[in-house]
Amino acid sequence: MSASHDHDKKVTPGSEPVYKWSDMHLGLYIGVGVGLLLATALTVALSYWDLGRRNNFILAMILATVKVGFVAAVFMHLKGEKWTIWKFLLFTIFFCSGLFLLTLLHTSDPIFGTTHSVH
Amino acid sequence: MQIPYEVTARPDTGLYNAKLGIWLFLASEVMLFGGLFSAYVFLRLGAEDGYWPHGLLNVPVGAMNTAILIASSVTVILAWMSLKMRKFMHFKFFLGLSIILGLIFLVVKLAYEWPQKFEHFGAFIKQDALEKYEPYLGNKYLKEKNLDPRVEVSGHIHAVEVTVVDPSKKEHLEKFLESHDLEIGADPHDAKLQIVKHKQPKSESEAPPAGEKESAGKVEGIRPGVAEDLEAVAGEKMESVNGVKIVAFDLGLDPVNAEPTNPESDRPHFWYQGPTETPGRVEVKDVESWSAFTPKHSPYFAVYFTITGLHGLHVLAGVLIMIYFWLPIEGGAKMFKRNPEHLTNRVEVVGLFWHFVDLVWIFVFPIFYLL
Repeated sequence: MSASHDHDKKVTPGSEPVYKWSDMHLGLYIGVGVGLLLATALTVALSYWDLGRRNNFILAMILATVKVGFVAAVFMHLKGEKWTIWKFLLFTIFFCSGLFLLTLLHTSDPIFGTTHSVH
Repeated sequence: MQIPYEVTARPDTGLYNAKLGIWLFLASEVMLFGGLFSAYVFLRLGAEDGYWPHGLLNVPVGAMNTAILIASSVTVILAWMSLKMRKFMHFKFFLGLSIILGLIFLVVKLAYEWPQKFEHFGAFIKQDALEKYEPYLGNKYLKEKNLDPRVEVSGHIHAVEVTVVDPSKKEHLEKFLESHDLEIGADPHDAKLQIVKHKQPKSESEAPPAGEKESAGKVEGIRPGVAEDLEAVAGEKMESVNGVKIVAFDLGLDPVNAEPTNPESDRPHFWYQGPTETPGRVEVKDVESWSAFTPKHSPYFAVYFTITGLHGLHVLAGVLIMIYFWLPIEGGAKMFKRNPEHLTNRVEVVGLFWHFVDLVWIFVFPIFYLL
């Protein structure tokens, strides 16, 4: 039995189940928390490894995205969450990605195929 | 009146209403912070070489704040779990711990990190004056090593030299200094701000026109020793004193300017490197722009203060809501006896908000502190 998904069950007010420690995935939450702390230390350490500014940036963003993925999936219970929530989150991800793509377009000219780093 | 679906799931969505509401709110928050992060990308990609600062923030302190937020995310989850198990005292303990961690984050940010920036000063040098400031910038050395040039001289202000171009405004200046708790005196070593040299024009007719500072030796040096007064003196307020123009800044240089060709300054340090006692002087005529490390300083600090400020407001909001649920009041912890599942759902909702705040910081930390 998982406490994070008990809305799957037909529960009437006042008759909600009471959980025990063994039902609550305590180890998972603590493990993810410790993992996030270690990943933060790793992010700091890797930033002082000179791979070139671009590569350092990409590496740090990959690590941050993985960390955010764990926070969303485990702490925010998105893993196994209702499709209703996923639907509008996917819309959000789509529009947010579009926002970043539009921003990145300022460094390029898709009509003439040129690129420039400073306008 | 009982509001439906605040405890049990609504049949069509499969969620209780507050949960659907918080996720819709978080989706809008993603777009809000997404817009600000894309502004960061825009500004950073558009910055010319040398104009995007590196290594100005305190990495250990930022890392500590990251750890504090991650720990608070775990304790919020534990508070929610405690309610699921109907362990009220456990809930109070873990939610209380989350509140304390959130407050520590805010105190570190507002009482330490931000004030440290406000006391720091930087002047961007004009392109045609870079050669003159080579001893502070070390650009020949940087070019040899294929590194970005330096265009800024920064540190802590030790003195601001001004010209009184309009003697009739002398009284105005004295009032300004007095209103900012500054002193006019003769001892340059006194800890307070002082005008150490004062030569009035012989007559009104000899006074130079307002706005011209390079005039007939009418120079006054104001020596600040009180860090928090520096922005007041060096900032726009001083410019607003009619008839007074800033001529130069005397600084205690930052390590990168004190030893610009030291290989250790090639890349940002892990430990914070405060300004040195090595003196440096920057003349205003050679300066493109100057400011304390405030949003006015550069696009970097503008976007830094905007994003961390907005994030800080979210932390404050989260803490206030958690305090509300922690207190023994109706709608808060008192609800445990009457409707424990409703309180559990409320804590889950604030927990989702809190995890989002944590999630935003996970991106803020590397892009501002490390990269």
